[in-house]
Amino acid sequence: MSSQAPETTQIHNIGYRSYDGPRLGRAYARRALFSQSLRGAYGLGRSAKSKVLPMLLFAVMCAPALIIVAISVYTKADKLFMEYTQYAVYLQLVIAVFLASQAPQSVSRDLRFRTVPLYFSRPIERVDYVLAKYGAMASALFVLTATPLVIMWIGSMLAKMDFAEQAKLFGQGLVSVAVLSVLFAGVGLVMAALTPRRGFGVAAVIAVLTISYGAVTTLQGISYTTENTGSIIWLGLFSPLTLVIGLQNAFLGAPASFPGEMQVGAGTGAVYLLVVLGLVAACYGILMRRYRKVGL
Amino acid sequence: MIATESLSKRFPRVTALDRLSLDIGPGVTGLVGANGAGKSTMIKILLGLSPATEGSAQVLGLDVRTHGPEIRERVGYMPEHDCLPPDVSATEFVVHMARMSGLPATAARERTADTLRHVGLYEERYRPIGGYSTGMKQRVKLAQALVHDPKLVLLDEPTNGLDPVGRDEMLGLIRRVWTDFGISVLVTSHLLGELERTCDHVVVIDGGRLLRSSSTSDFTRTTTTLAVEVTDSDAHPDGAASLRAALAAAGVTIHAGVEDGLPGAGHVLLLEAPGEETYDLVRDTVAGLGLGLVRMEQRRHHIAEVFKATDQEEVPAR
Repeated sequence: MSSQAPETTQIHNIGYRSYDGPRLGRAYARRALFSQSLRGAYGLGRSAKSKVLPMLLFAVMCAPALIIVAISVYTKADKLFMEYTQYAVYLQLVIAVFLASQAPQSVSRDLRFRTVPLYFSRPIERVDYVLAKYGAMASALFVLTATPLVIMWIGSMLAKMDFAEQAKLFGQGLVSVAVLSVLFAGVGLVMAALTPRRGFGVAAVIAVLTISYGAVTTLQGISYTTENTGSIIWLGLFSPLTLVIGLQNAFLGAPASFPGEMQVGAGTGAVYLLVVLGLVAACYGILMRRYRKVGL
Repeated sequence: MIATESLSKRFPRVTALDRLSLDIGPGVTGLVGANGAGKSTMIKILLGLSPATEGSAQVLGLDVRTHGPEIRERVGYMPEHDCLPPDVSATEFVVHMARMSGLPATAARERTADTLRHVGLYEERYRPIGGYSTGMKQRVKLAQALVHDPKLVLLDEPTNGLDPVGRDEMLGLIRRVWTDFGISVLVTSHLLGELERTCDHVVVIDGGRLLRSSSTSDFTRTTTTLAVEVTDSDAHPDGAASLRAALAAAGVTIHAGVEDGLPGAGHVLLLEAPGEETYDLVRDTVAGLGLGLVRMEQRRHHIAEVFKATDQEEVPAR
């Protein structure tokens, strides 16, 4: 029979193949959405053009840390000349621009192009979508703010600084940027989710972060010069960044950086903590409400 | 596939579904109704995304109230509106949606390649969706509904915005989803002609109530009406009129109406042909008059006529 075998090869249309493999369900879908959104915040899995800004901001965020490390190692200093907890405060504008550019990318697109109903026609529910998007944005900010701290810590080890002390300071710095990431991500996503137009979202996020910080520090300055120092601490409750500053001053060994070196005590620190938790919960609640309307 | 039992959905000011009981089996089923008839509400309830006010619904044997996620894992949904981000390619988008349905990464990629090929997207699937034609976008939307190999797909107005050729291709594709892929389809439309060609079964709803549910062949069953078209000759300048007179003399019932609006409508006679012998009689009569017989065919009902007839019955009831 072999003589009858056709010489030519043939391409067979194998037709439709059904899928009998595993279906990993809701938790898997939520993780997939989380990782897609986290990668998307850095432009991974998106076009080359959309990688430029987040990667540039990431580089800008890390550059000062490298300089700090280089100088500390060169001068053989016994401690880094910038506190871990102060780093994010100094580079707040970079963080704000990152959040303003990536939060709308993460949520406004789905709203504007009406992709959200497709998500909800799949196993995930509203709470999964919100958690995945919130978690991804907070993680993206944490990567942005914690990486320079890691560079500084590695540098402190290279400069043979005291291990125990550096480890403690580094740990406090990580907790501080973790709080900042969760708080900022919530604020940014709420702003972006309320504006399907991406441009408005960008403007709204920058405005809320910088105007609130500018207003609070200005008022604090006025209070200081008018020697009304009692209100300085309480004014700090009214912008996301001053909340983080007050909180880390109270609990995370950060130096007092409000005007007049006003120290936030444990009692007022607790108020700061409650306000932060309340804001995060409010952001989550607003996002849940927002997506109740658009489900299909 | 789908079973509903006196399903109702009431909003503060409107009743979207009113005690609707349906039983839809495997195959392609059309859900027809005017805008606002309750089609989209129905789909939302079937996906377990919107609770019914009363009554119950089951999809694939699962209760929509308690098993929403399980149902959505096995059901595909193609929305009526645009839902595609323009800045990613069809491949990336469909892979992502496959993972959202719970497929592992490798399986998601394989299934995406297969599905896009089946809906007729080839090289262009690597380009950003923003540059696609409407027809290509509709195919991507269909692909994302099929990529996880569902048991049932819900297609909401899949031919919206397509030109006649694109419409035909989409309808052919929908037919293949059932015949070749073995996936049952529930397709909504407000165009009856489309469903006539595509569906095995048609459900007509209006104002949230069931008007009619039956198989397409019931709707379009052959009638006993025979359409005959003849030419004119020198001896009989109006062939149709001469034939009408001759047949009436032979005792054949002739319908007064003609097929309005069609070319040559004046040359067509509609007559009652209860049996074979009428066919012979027509043939012999035409031959006897010396006319040319252009066509002689059994008329079929169109769904639209049934819909019209139902409408007329319904009107006094309101």
